[in-house]
Amino acid sequence: MSLNVPNHKVCTWTQDYDNPASLATYTANGGYEALKKILAEKTPAEQIIEQLKISALRGRGGAGFPTGLKWSFMPRNYEGDKYIVCNTDEGEPGTFKDRDILRFNPHQLIEGMIIAGYTLGARAGYNYIHGEIFEQYQSWERALDEARAAGLLGNNILGSGWNFDLHAHHGYGAYVCGEETALLESIEGKKGQPRFKPPFPASYGLYGKPTTINNTETLASVPWIMRHGGQAFLDLGKPNNGGSKIFSVSGHVERPGNYEVRMGTPFSELLEMAGGVRGGRHLKAVIPGGSSVPVLPGATMMELTMDYDSIAKAGSYLGAGSVIVMDDTVCMVKALERLAYFYFEESCGQCTPCREGTGWMYRVIHRIEHGQGRPEDLDLLMSVGTNISGRTICALGDAAVGPVHSFLKHFRNEFEYHIEHKRCMVGA
Amino acid sequence: MLSTESLAQIDREIAKYPADQKQSAVMSALRIAQVEKGWLAPESIEFVATYLGMPTIAVYEVASFYNMYDLRPVGAHKLTVCTNISCQLQGVDAVVAKIQAKLGIGFGETTPDGRFTLKEGECFGSCGDGPLCLHNNHTLHTRLTADNVDAFLEGLK
Repeated sequence: MSLNVPNHKVCTWTQDYDNPASLATYTANGGYEALKKILAEKTPAEQIIEQLKISALRGRGGAGFPTGLKWSFMPRNYEGDKYIVCNTDEGEPGTFKDRDILRFNPHQLIEGMIIAGYTLGARAGYNYIHGEIFEQYQSWERALDEARAAGLLGNNILGSGWNFDLHAHHGYGAYVCGEETALLESIEGKKGQPRFKPPFPASYGLYGKPTTINNTETLASVPWIMRHGGQAFLDLGKPNNGGSKIFSVSGHVERPGNYEVRMGTPFSELLEMAGGVRGGRHLKAVIPGGSSVPVLPGATMMELTMDYDSIAKAGSYLGAGSVIVMDDTVCMVKALERLAYFYFEESCGQCTPCREGTGWMYRVIHRIEHGQGRPEDLDLLMSVGTNISGRTICALGDAAVGPVHSFLKHFRNEFEYHIEHKRCMVGA
Repeated sequence: MLSTESLAQIDREIAKYPADQKQSAVMSALRIAQVEKGWLAPESIEFVATYLGMPTIAVYEVASFYNMYDLRPVGAHKLTVCTNISCQLQGVDAVVAKIQAKLGIGFGETTPDGRFTLKEGECFGSCGDGPLCLHNNHTLHTRLTADNVDAFLEGLK
């Protein structure tokens, strides 16, 4: 496969090659052609944004916001520095697609960021890389060096007279920095606590300058769209859900891993690609978009297709496409206890409802799991959750509540059994 | 206070940001200091603050916010094991039990000989390769099982 033909492996096609991450592999197969054309023809920014809008590319980091629309928010005639920032702070449990883009296709991300920089009039770009993947921070810096040596970054890029550079910023262990304004604070050398919005980053972003922040997979999709047009990308998926998407499948499947498929692919097909449920067991539940989105019963999932609209209609979210599969051996109380601990541990502490509420939720679920639950605990959990929702600066509070409310909605009987019998009904 | 090599690395980080935004290099500077010294003693934090022209308290705030910085001494081998949902489903509990039995320590503890520190980690963003163990913050070991974890620990000696 290559970038020369519009196939559905938008971000993962280099994995067919021996040296997937090298500049040579990328350029030999159509890489940087889109950028060359844009610079040679001086393609107007409006035209690039128009193609993105046609493509129906939506933010791959979880929010699903239309990318073309986001880019159009950047002030066109602002005199001064502007920035493009890539969010590779991938730490949502179940999510591991962006690491593979850095490992196997770093140049497509670089090309996407350069095109973004050109379109938005940025002076520089930063890629914020999750703390725990230091090896990818180093390898992406090596890819930047290769690009710089080839005249693709720096001053007078490809003889165009345009200057632009990219840098990697390494995180060091804070889930909340995946929130875009916390990420900006972190690049500025502060603790990563989200900013109150508005103002939005497009008007007041990095160092107070207009800034656009996109997810890694979003930016890596841009060269494909520029090469083959927005319509071709849209046609890979379905209306309002353009393109392909990398789904990270983990948990109880035979082959956990990343699978890039067209938007709208049935969940059952994706599950089959991952080898099906481990040991041929019964599918109990699926978290379809990363730990923050509501869990769905397995039977519901088997009826759904993998796209934003289908999953939303069933009461959850596609999120970052992080599919966590659970078979019938899973105790839902224990699973929720672990998730609740995560949000308690990662709350930045800025907003009282989240700082205190995540601790309360964890402690209550912990005591249910350990045979000390009280009959009123389930109402208490619902109440704490309701008092966090919508009362915090960023989405981490709501992210902590989503699992709690949905686990109780779909698997309430397991929690009640735990409280009444002081032990688990799974395997009992 | 830091070696010439470490300072050169910090200078490379500073150069990534606008000239009036040296503070942006603080996370990298702390990482580089920690790699050289093993942990972030108050003197190291003060040194980074002076080097970047920041108030010491602002550097301390960063060092105490991000969980990969060690504000107390750790063993020669710091092992951080992700126990989050995907790794849990993929069998990390058995791996942790084996490591704890072998080293004789629990999470947050260091072996008496100062060789190993064991920490519980949150998602490393690599779940497809789980269970996972991060060695000294920078090297990720993947697909651990109760069967191969002995060989993994032996390999660190």
